[in-house]
Amino acid sequence: MPRVKVARKSTAIDMTAMCDVAFLLLTFFILSAKPKTQDPAQIQIPAATVIGPIPEVDFSTISIGQGKVFFNVEGDDIRKKTLEIMGDKYKIAFTPDEKNIFAGVESFGVPISQLKTFLAMDAKQRSTVTQPGIPVDTTNTNELYDWVHSARLADKALHDKDLKIGIKGNSQEEFPTVAKVIATLQKQKVDRFNLITSLKSK
Amino acid sequence: MAELDTSGGGKHKGGKVRTKKKATRVDLTAMVDLAFLLITFFILTTTLNKPKAMELIMPDKDDKNTQMPVPESRTMTLLLGDNNKLEWFVGEPGKTQPAVIGYGKEDLRKVLVDQNNLIKQSHGGQPMIVVVKPSAQSTYKNVVTVMDELNITGIEQRAIVDITPVELALLKRDNLYK
Repeated sequence: MPRVKVARKSTAIDMTAMCDVAFLLLTFFILSAKPKTQDPAQIQIPAATVIGPIPEVDFSTISIGQGKVFFNVEGDDIRKKTLEIMGDKYKIAFTPDEKNIFAGVESFGVPISQLKTFLAMDAKQRSTVTQPGIPVDTTNTNELYDWVHSARLADKALHDKDLKIGIKGNSQEEFPTVAKVIATLQKQKVDRFNLITSLKSK
Repeated sequence: MAELDTSGGGKHKGGKVRTKKKATRVDLTAMVDLAFLLITFFILTTTLNKPKAMELIMPDKDDKNTQMPVPESRTMTLLLGDNNKLEWFVGEPGKTQPAVIGYGKEDLRKVLVDQNNLIKQSHGGQPMIVVVKPSAQSTYKNVVTVMDELNITGIEQRAIVDITPVELALLKRDNLYK
């Protein structure tokens, strides 16, 4: 009997389409990836099991580490507007250059009186300099109160949304610092906020 | 396609010497491998690294209407001390002796579940109210852990309240506050 010969086909597959798709996805992921924000202080966030996602826009983060408080609000436009409102409040005129620099600064912790010097540094210096933290005294010099308030005003003016606030605290931070921040927020009737945590199993 | 038409257009006349045509097909396997490897890397780093948050709702300080009297017998107080230890008691401070426990699964969660069941039985199904009182030497992590345990055990009625001197004295007595 004659053997039935299966015609041998080349095993090489045309990979062009696959390659196209792969690089398309790769480009998408690279572009959509957000660079990690560098915190001025070492912050190890605590872990919790019952947690939800945090919004990426209209969100403000108050970082607490080594007894210092740092402030950040998402979005370059909001940051710029926040600085303008803060400048009006404290009667400090910021130049357009300073506003543009501030729009690119993610998390900062300097009193507003030192903000001009801070913005005058170059990016490398800013990341290495020790920042004293934003004053959160419960008495009269509560700058955090004004920052949060200004950011909320800015967000309302530009995006017409309510700014959500997250607290990013260091695990080993003693509670009074956190309590001060919470009290500051409650003073302006922000009773709902997010504690930024990592995930742990039950 | 990754092939170019190398056949050349039209007929060639005459016996010209032509160089041998090579296929322009490139082996894309390695390139695809690399691309997918990078994709995997970027997917993992972007989606797995997203920070999550636990929602915390504090009672309105100015609104007096939301503050209503609660029976002491339904209230459990957690005093957070230093060295990752806390003490708990049900009822008024001083009248019931507090017990010192840790934050682990076997300690805090068990106590919360047990007490919640006991109080539900003795109060006709009414839930337990938990008052969390962090002392100045407790850490932020302690508070998050307690709130998390309350979320896990499903105790909805809870509040973070400032610690009173009486309760601070209790912590000091048990060496949980220096």
